[in-house]
This record gives sequence, C-alpha cells and structure tokens, in this order.
Amino acid sequence: MTKQHANWSPYDNNGGTCVAIAGSDYCVIAADTRMSTGYSILSRDYSKIHKLADKAVLSSSGFQADVKALQKVLKSRHLIYQHQHNKQMSCPAMAQLLSNTLYFKRFFPYYAFNVLGGLDAEGKGCVFTYDAVGSYEKVGYSAQGSGSTLIMPFLDNQLKSPSPLLLPAQDSITPLSEAEAVDLVKTVFASATERDIYTGDKLEIMILKADGIKTELIDLRKD
Amino acid sequence: MFRNQYDTDVTTWSPTGRLFQVEYAMEAVKQGSAAIGLRSRSHVVLACVNKAQSELSSHQRKIFKVDDHIGVAIAGLTADGRVLSRYMRSESINHSFTYESPLPVGRLVVRLADKAQVCTQRSWKRPYGVGLLVGGLDESGAHLYYNCPSGNYFEYQAFAIGSRSQAAKTYLERRFESFKESSREELIKDAILAIRETLQGETLKSSLCTVSVLGVDEPFHFLDQESIQKVIDTFEKVPEEEEDAGEGEAEPEAAAGTAEQGGSGDQDVAPMEM
Repeated sequence: MTKQHANWSPYDNNGGTCVAIAGSDYCVIAADTRMSTGYSILSRDYSKIHKLADKAVLSSSGFQADVKALQKVLKSRHLIYQHQHNKQMSCPAMAQLLSNTLYFKRFFPYYAFNVLGGLDAEGKGCVFTYDAVGSYEKVGYSAQGSGSTLIMPFLDNQLKSPSPLLLPAQDSITPLSEAEAVDLVKTVFASATERDIYTGDKLEIMILKADGIKTELIDLRKD
Repeated sequence: MFRNQYDTDVTTWSPTGRLFQVEYAMEAVKQGSAAIGLRSRSHVVLACVNKAQSELSSHQRKIFKVDDHIGVAIAGLTADGRVLSRYMRSESINHSFTYESPLPVGRLVVRLADKAQVCTQRSWKRPYGVGLLVGGLDESGAHLYYNCPSGNYFEYQAFAIGSRSQAAKTYLERRFESFKESSREELIKDAILAIRETLQGETLKSSLCTVSVLGVDEPFHFLDQESIQKVIDTFEKVPEEEEDAGEGEAEPEAAAGTAEQGGSGDQDVAPMEM
C-alpha cells in the first residue's frame, strides 16, 4: 500500500538569480529580469528587486507568486512600524522581520530565496542572505537563485579575504569601490548567463547609498 | 428632570426616547480642545489647538495619519481617539493589501460609525468619548466627515469640534462657500484663522497649533512650525481689522477648568506621546 502522492504541486520555480554586495558606504543589489517556468520564458522584463524601506532593498528568486505575497506582507508590516515608531525600519530590523515572516510559514514555506541589501545605522553596506524558512546571516556578499552555484564560488574568490587558514575569513565589507563592485556584478552575471538557462535577458542593478538609490539596466544574452 | 433615573446604562431608554449615556459621551467631545477641518476640491486641512495639562508637560497629539490619503483629528478622550486611529490604520492597510488600492474615505467612516454604534447597544460597553474629523482624498474627490460617539457621521465642507468650537464654526459659516475653489494656501490660512477664533483673544503662535494637509499629489503630512508661523505673520500684522469681524458673536462654552497653556515653545513631538 504505497502512499498516494499529490498530482500537482503548489509551487513552481520561476528561475532567475539575485546577487548583493556590501561596500563601506554603499550596497549593490542586482538581479536578472527573466521569469521562466519549465523550459519556457514568461517574461524578459520582470523585476525581482523591491524596495521595502529607504535603506532596505529585497531581491528574491524562486516562486514569484510567493515572492509577491511575501513582499505585500512586509510592506504592510513596514507601514504599521512607521505608524508606531514615526520612522522607517532599519535594514537589520527588516532583516529580522523577514526572518520571522518566513519562519511563520515553516510548514508551508514561501518558496522564495532572498537576499536583503541595504545600509545599517552607521551608513555601512549590509547584506543578509536567507534560506526558504528564514535562517539568515549577515554577510559581505551573497548570491541566490538558479545561477548562485555559478556565481558564489567566483565571489568567494574575489571578495573573501586571503589566508583563511591564518585568520578568520573577514568578508563582512568588501574593500572594493562602488564602480569596481558594479563591474564585478556585471561580470558575474555575464558568466552565469552563459551557462544557466534561467538567467539572462536584462540585468537590473540597484545601488543604495545614503543620498538615495540609483538603478541601472544592462542587456544580457537573451538565449 | 428624569435624566438621573435613565442615565445609568447605555442600554436604557428614557421616556422621551433618548439614550443619555450617548449624549453624555458627546459632552466629552465638547470638553476636549478644539479641532478644525476644512476641504476644497483638491485638498483637506486638519488643524487643532495644542493644549497641555500643565506648563511642565507636552501637549497631546490630536491629529493622526491614517494613510497617505487619510488623516484624522480628534477631540475628547484622547485615549479613545488613539485606539480608533489604530483601528483606522489597520483597516486602511488591510484594504490596500487585499485590493492594491487606497481605501475610499466613505467606506472607512461607515466602519468607524458601525464600530461606535456597537458600543451604544451593549450593556457591558460604554460609548467612545471622542469625536473624529476624518479628512481624506479618494477617486470621488476630497472629503471631510465628522464621526460622533453616537455612531452617526456627517459629511462637511468645514467643521469644528471641541471647546470653543462655536467661535470657529461661526467663522467657517461665513466663509465656507468659497472653500470649494480655494487654493491650498488659502485653505491653510482659513484653518489657522479658524483656530485663532477659538483662542478668544490669546495671541496666536505657531507653537499653539498643529496643522496638517493632504491633497492631490500631496500625501498627508504635518506643516512645520516655520511654515505655520509664516502664515500667521501674514495676518497678525493687522490684528485690529480681523478681530472686529470675528470676535462679536462668539459665545464661550463652559471650558471645564482647563487653563490655556501659555506657549510652551515645544517644537518637537515629545516622547511621551504614543
């Protein structure tokens, strides 16, 4: 008597890759704009990056319906926070809220692979990386999504401090300048696009600094 | 004469068909410091008098942002007002979440009114002791509503509630016909002038009032002291002219022994407020 299994899944994977890099006074959050299902493309122009607060930007790959629902919940919670505290949420506060929100659905998770980027209270860049149920860590850089396995090792090579055997690895803040970080992001996406079928079309880069947010849109291979 | 026999419970009618507890709740609104609202075709201004318990304390917050397109000014039991504001915020957020669009003001005031009505028909509850001036903007234009503790609500072009509001109402009655076409600046000036009426001769200073604006392309926000003072300066130069016109008919209401605080100069929102 084998157990009957469902003949449908509540989840789907819409693919895509998200990356974030923290700098000394900036944070770069980037994601491709391709949305797929199976071997088909649903959209070449779908943004996976969403601003949650002035200093906190979320980028999520995975099941975009869940991502959208997650964003709506966070947006409402942020409004409540603003009413109660008369100010915007800080990035570390949003990071904790996101973690709690994800764990809240521990037994029917949001199929969302998140990277939260922003500026902390001191104006330094910060990146938080998550799994689907809310386990998170503050890091200096992160990649999530279908191209993450291609990108992460390269980021480790470029951004992780040397001599990990002698010193604890210090990858909290990258010594790169903003221009160098943006260049690195363009490079990793170009490479990931070559080999990952779910990554491509366009690259959306958001650069967060104390004075505001800048957005760049760059073409990637469309095949 | 029969008031005392039928006024213990909100669920007891009087022989003349009145619910005295509800009427007493409306008295509480009259005791609070004045709050004023006016609207034009495109903007709504809410203003109130800052009254503090003593010179040592800060003033209570009487105007609350409900959403980018809705604000509320209260008079009466501030605690009740805070609770209702929280309810309004919650309704607005839930509506936005479900419908991805701003909550129409008319819908919000109906829900508020229904909530107030419940308290007039339960023996274990008491009516809310706060009057709310709800100002907002939606697809059908700018609106100003007044919600009573009784559960009634009315739409207004301009209205004033709280102590000495009659003076403000008299001023507004004279001028309201022009409000529809007023510019944003004229509307703000009229609001501040109406506030001045309630002060009954006391010099108007920006520290004594709080003014908030919302309109088309302008989310709800408070005006800072500087801007308010600038508007005051435009008319305080000719105080004689204005006072003759305004002061005459005002009958001062019985203010329940509250001393008008003499300009505490309190610019920022004090931490003890919410």
